[in-house]
Amino acid sequence: MTPLDKVEGRAIPFGLKNIDTDVIIPAHWLKTTSREGMGKGAFETLRADPGNLFDSPEYKGAPILIAGDNFGCGSSREHAAWALGDLGIRVVIAPSYSDIFSGNAVKNGILPVVLPQAAIDRLMEVAQTDPVHVDLDTQTVTTPFQDRFIFEIDPFRKMCLLEGLDEISLTEKSDAAIGAYEAKLDAERPWLRPAAA
Amino acid sequence: MTRPRTLYEKIWDAHVVEQRPDGTCLIFIDRHLVHEVTSPQAFAGLRASGRTVRRPDLTLAVPDHNLPTTARKDAAGNKLPIADADSAAQLAALEKNAPDFGIRYIDAVAPEQGIVHVVGPEQGFSLPGTTIVCGDSHTACHGGIGALAFGIGTSEVEHVLATQTLLLQPARTMEVRVEGQVGPGVTAKDIILHITGTIGAAGGTGHVIEYTGSAIRALSIEGRLTVSNMAIEGGARAGLIAPDETTFAYLKGRPYAPKGADWDAAVDYWRGLATDPGASYDKVVIIDAADIAPSVTWGTSPEDVVPITGTVPDPASFADPSKQAAAAKSLAYMGLEPGTRMQDVAIENIFIGSCTNSRIEDMRAAAAIVKGRKKAANVKWAIVVPGSGLVKAQAEAEGLDRIFTDAGLEWREPGCSACLAMNPDKVPAGERCASTSNRNFVGRQGPGARTHLVSPAMAAAAAVTGKLTDVRELMG
Repeated sequence: MTPLDKVEGRAIPFGLKNIDTDVIIPAHWLKTTSREGMGKGAFETLRADPGNLFDSPEYKGAPILIAGDNFGCGSSREHAAWALGDLGIRVVIAPSYSDIFSGNAVKNGILPVVLPQAAIDRLMEVAQTDPVHVDLDTQTVTTPFQDRFIFEIDPFRKMCLLEGLDEISLTEKSDAAIGAYEAKLDAERPWLRPAAA
Repeated sequence: MTRPRTLYEKIWDAHVVEQRPDGTCLIFIDRHLVHEVTSPQAFAGLRASGRTVRRPDLTLAVPDHNLPTTARKDAAGNKLPIADADSAAQLAALEKNAPDFGIRYIDAVAPEQGIVHVVGPEQGFSLPGTTIVCGDSHTACHGGIGALAFGIGTSEVEHVLATQTLLLQPARTMEVRVEGQVGPGVTAKDIILHITGTIGAAGGTGHVIEYTGSAIRALSIEGRLTVSNMAIEGGARAGLIAPDETTFAYLKGRPYAPKGADWDAAVDYWRGLATDPGASYDKVVIIDAADIAPSVTWGTSPEDVVPITGTVPDPASFADPSKQAAAAKSLAYMGLEPGTRMQDVAIENIFIGSCTNSRIEDMRAAAAIVKGRKKAANVKWAIVVPGSGLVKAQAEAEGLDRIFTDAGLEWREPGCSACLAMNPDKVPAGERCASTSNRNFVGRQGPGARTHLVSPAMAAAAAVTGKLTDVRELMG
């Protein structure tokens, strides 16, 4: 995973609430055995409109997306995060996310920034004309107009993003603890192993 | 004395392998369900890193999302090929990955094949008090038998395959209590639609919802699975319903469920899981069952719920400006005008199926309405897709398939089907579908498709009248 620290660039002033993962990447794009090339399908329905934001000269390839409440709701498809990443997006800024989406985003080096609606409204305004700067280390979003918004992030997620950490390698360091848990489970609740069908 | 705990806290505490200083916990996963769409990249990851599956015995794979619901075998019993090359490739990948990594596999033509969330409880693979994950958000379904079950992304699928654990932060808890008795024609689906309309699509974000109260206790396991299935539509990654005698009676004797003395030990353990008196939730919502009507969605978010006796709302009636904008967009997509009576909305397509509503009880409820009636002339496409081969066989033993086909509805092979339209079952652009599935998102049932979420009985009612209909008018 590519580490993420500072991101500066144009921010797509998208802003809609309850954007579900079917909108981010329609189901027919899920018929693949690869993680690659999904940017083509990102927001496919919206991008069928020639005047859409994503393909406009100002915002094409922009690294930041500003969205509304409950972004990424619906399906668990990680394809949504893959599609955003392939589109060039490294940061999403929204008032809230679905739990599954925000986890998937972090695992793919995409930072889900949570800010209150008033901050989102201001950033939507700035994004019309100017770039936005996101700094994960200091947990701030700033603009060329002296706006400075501080965001919270779970320390474990922050570390994973800053270091581009592979969670499986990290968990494998706990191999002995997992083994001990399994032994205890077999002793205390042996019926938990699926019966021979 | 120990602090009183909720059902969620008891399951969580019993699965902590390790707690990190920042509060993140390594949680043991008791059951991992795998299907063909969200797993290929995870298996590829294992291969690339030279890893194996830590606990193949706790993993069960079954294809469901992509499979066509038309005949899978020819007259001679040979497997028919899948026409769509991409779907066929995903199925072939799972067929290879499961044996390569030593995982139990239910084949596309096996009698037990079905939607992963129907198969898990039906096979007794899903058990109360366990942690269950699957690369599918409707894994919340298994909360209906008292399992902490939630959807995960493909990176997490790979993590669970490799380590049988997940790194998680504890969720907040939310109680949704439904007290009283529901009226005639009101089913588990109406209860969860009503709840979703009440709490909103993000109402449960960051929470695990425990459904309690006499109206929930009175539900069968099929009904409880329907309610918990749609916890995710209210934003909660998992739903829970405390296991009780109804749960134990449902699970006893199922293939993977404990047997003999093991069964008794398991039931003893399960009896201790219910939320302790005096335990508290972070959030509580109380609903009077008498307020719940047969319900239907009008928009493109599952929170857009009205009683069937209601009308399409005016976007201006919402207090939140962003909801006003969303509602206006929804109505444009749905081709509906504010003030239109829901019962005046004509329907061209009917889908009875999905992990929400494809169990035997759902088949019976739909058949009871269709029996002796005919599909309306304006209904072009009406399919009934049982949730598993075993549901299909049971329904056929009861003659339900004949009731459907006599009325002009199609009786199909099990799978996810038109719920997400990954297989050939799609609703044409601009047409409406009365659907027993879980999501009315833009394009969910096919590009441009307009979905109205309803119960199986309500979908059946729409099939015979050709419009959204108050099922109570068709009940004897």
